[in-house]
Amino acid sequence: MKTEQELLEAQTPRSVNPKIFTMWLFIVSIVMLFAAFTSAYLVRKAEGNWVEFNLPDLFYYSTGVLIASSISMHAALIAAKKDQFNALRLSISITFVLGLLFLVMQYYGWSQLVEMNVYFVGNPSGSFVYVFSGLHGLHLISGLVVLLVALVAAFRLKINAKALTQIKICSTYWHFLDALWVYLFLFLLINN
Amino acid sequence: MSTAISHAEEVHTHAHDHEHEHHEPNFIQKYIFSEDHKTIAKQYLIMGILWAFIGGSLSIMFRLQLGFPEMQLEWLRPILGSWIDESGKIDKEFYLALVTMHGTIMVFFVLTAGLSGTFSNFLIPLQIGARDMASGFINMLSFWFFFLSSAIMFSSLFIETGPASGGWVIYPPLSALPQAMPGSGLGMTLWLTSMAFFIVSSLMGGINYICTIINLRTRGMTFTKMPLTIWSFFFTAILGLLSFPVLLSAALLLIFDRSFGTSFYLSEIYIQGQALPNVGGSAILYQHLFWFLGHPEVYIVLLPALGMTSEIIATNARKPIFGYRAMIGSLMGITVLAFIVWAHHMFVTGMNPFLGSVFMFLTLIIAVPSAVKAFNYITTLWKGNLIFTPAMLFSIGLVSLFISGGVTGIILGNSALDINLHDTYFVVAHFHLVMGSASFFGLMAGVYHWFPKMFGRMMNKTLGYIHFWATFVGVYAVFFPMHYTGIAGFPRRYYSFTALGNDGQNAFTDLNQFITVAAILTFSSQAIFFFNFVYSIFKGKKATENPWNSNTLEWTTPVDPGHGNWPGEIPAVYRWPYDYSKPGAESDFIPQHIPFSATPESNLPEENEEIAKEKAIESLLAAQNESYNR
Repeated sequence: MKTEQELLEAQTPRSVNPKIFTMWLFIVSIVMLFAAFTSAYLVRKAEGNWVEFNLPDLFYYSTGVLIASSISMHAALIAAKKDQFNALRLSISITFVLGLLFLVMQYYGWSQLVEMNVYFVGNPSGSFVYVFSGLHGLHLISGLVVLLVALVAAFRLKINAKALTQIKICSTYWHFLDALWVYLFLFLLINN
Repeated sequence: MSTAISHAEEVHTHAHDHEHEHHEPNFIQKYIFSEDHKTIAKQYLIMGILWAFIGGSLSIMFRLQLGFPEMQLEWLRPILGSWIDESGKIDKEFYLALVTMHGTIMVFFVLTAGLSGTFSNFLIPLQIGARDMASGFINMLSFWFFFLSSAIMFSSLFIETGPASGGWVIYPPLSALPQAMPGSGLGMTLWLTSMAFFIVSSLMGGINYICTIINLRTRGMTFTKMPLTIWSFFFTAILGLLSFPVLLSAALLLIFDRSFGTSFYLSEIYIQGQALPNVGGSAILYQHLFWFLGHPEVYIVLLPALGMTSEIIATNARKPIFGYRAMIGSLMGITVLAFIVWAHHMFVTGMNPFLGSVFMFLTLIIAVPSAVKAFNYITTLWKGNLIFTPAMLFSIGLVSLFISGGVTGIILGNSALDINLHDTYFVVAHFHLVMGSASFFGLMAGVYHWFPKMFGRMMNKTLGYIHFWATFVGVYAVFFPMHYTGIAGFPRRYYSFTALGNDGQNAFTDLNQFITVAAILTFSSQAIFFFNFVYSIFKGKKATENPWNSNTLEWTTPVDPGHGNWPGEIPAVYRWPYDYSKPGAESDFIPQHIPFSATPESNLPEENEEIAKEKAIESLLAAQNESYNR
């Protein structure tokens, strides 16, 4: 038998914020998209005829930049919880700039690939690297849009300790995109 | 998408202002860009019905070719133009396009969007006691993405090179090389574009369904008090959320191969003596990715129909559903198994035979939860006080089709037997009975059953009976003979099949003629439904609040539920939805919102204990209301 308290908790409507929950479900669908790609990579690799090459150096640095942006994103969330508006604006701006920097570095990473004679069109081992980084880049652009909306809201003082939903969604998405890249990067390192 | 979320936030708070101020939405807000789940459901339903007639008429065209290969089809020229060749027959390439588009339209646009889109949208908020979906804005976007996808797919029917023709599974290399056949050109591009939008639409819808079911249930509506319809929509949405992104990734790689020259699926191909530059791709890779969606898709189509059937059968048998928890368990079992059986579609593609036996084993396990469902339907009907409404007849029809089509699934699931039967009409018969017709019957049952709540009027019963019997007999007449031609080796998707005939004649013309005539009659009888549907929207008998004496929450709303569904407070839920013919009770049904304290004459001992918790459930009202104003 459940106690009354447990029953109450079980029946309390909306124990989760629906918007944040929607965010998580959206993340699940992105996870499935990339799970399919990385599985395809493994299945295809097992069939042989696979060109081996080293990942561009810039990918190591860009990974560091993206992790740094996650730290500043977390700082922004903490600042928002404490109503420290200047710190919030500063760290959310830093996150945005680091995100842009990451994209630029990825682009030059592609140039390095081209210099290594690894092209988008060619052996699938190279094509997959472009697809992984390219689609992650597209998702990162969507993350930058979310970040920009939060940035504007922060400068208009719409984010504070009592209105945290937006910054929570933004930071969850951003950390996810960060983790996604780290996963893809490690996956490529291990399998290359 | 993400901006949509923050946008939805604003819209959401907006919607609540509406409830307080209550100003009427204008025509566009009310009927076109509506955020009301009931309107969106009707939009999906009407689109689904239109698509069903288009998809059905395509099948009649290729049935004419199969049944009457010598027939003059000049009279189709006004519609098909040069797709009727000079000798007055259907063009051979266009025949493939007809088969492809029939499959695509029926699987995705009718039985996914038309079925799940309609009833998940309509029933989830009404049956769990919510004012609307978690995000009305995303819900609206979901429909309009579907509309955009429909428009693109529809337009592809009219281009000069014809729509996609590689089969609804669009296997590369046929689909990856624009020069492979006319339909692989622009038609294939439009197909892929359309499906990309369709996937976006499905994901938006599915995310909303899951979020609503988990977060917006009314007070007292625990998971084990949810109607089986909601459980089935829940698992359907999970299946879609996990499998549609995989189809998107398969399609993206295909697009790269088609348009940018990559070699994910292409390898060492010669066209007209010329070697293509693509090296190192794998066509089987595509099949793995496709069927990882493709198989769950079967259950995305079927589960909502099964859920609605549970509800309709219990209501009209005036009996509690037999094995409520076993039904949930079997839905769950089917959902899990759906993801680990995909390769049974690939037994003859050169896959490792050992892998084949693993997938065969897993496939056959699906018979267990399926049989649980079939037995539970039959035991619910057993000695019930059956009321044969058209919805009930279609539900019983579904049970029949689910069994007769499912049995052949056990045959096809065996890799050794499948090698012989693969791509024959036996397969066509199997999936048309178990997935196509069964889900279609579920769709029809749902329309007949919930029409009064959708449009405030009743559909004509007599026309419903005629429609049912014509369809039921017709479906068996069409698909049953296909088992025989299939076992004999008649392959699917063939324009004409002469290998088994005498002197180069078509084989099995007599059976094929029978099937074609039956198909034409069955298809024509759907006009009865169409007339009944349209006529009843405007001129049908006025419905009452609860015409079927049903227990679930949607029947506690007014005849025409307005925005927000309940004019007053949302009712609380105290009992499960299947208290039909309860011993000792005054009436033969006790709706979910009636507390046990009001029915001491029929309570079981353990239910008397529940009375103590009613206070706790009621005390949640303030929290529930507050959550809507958040």
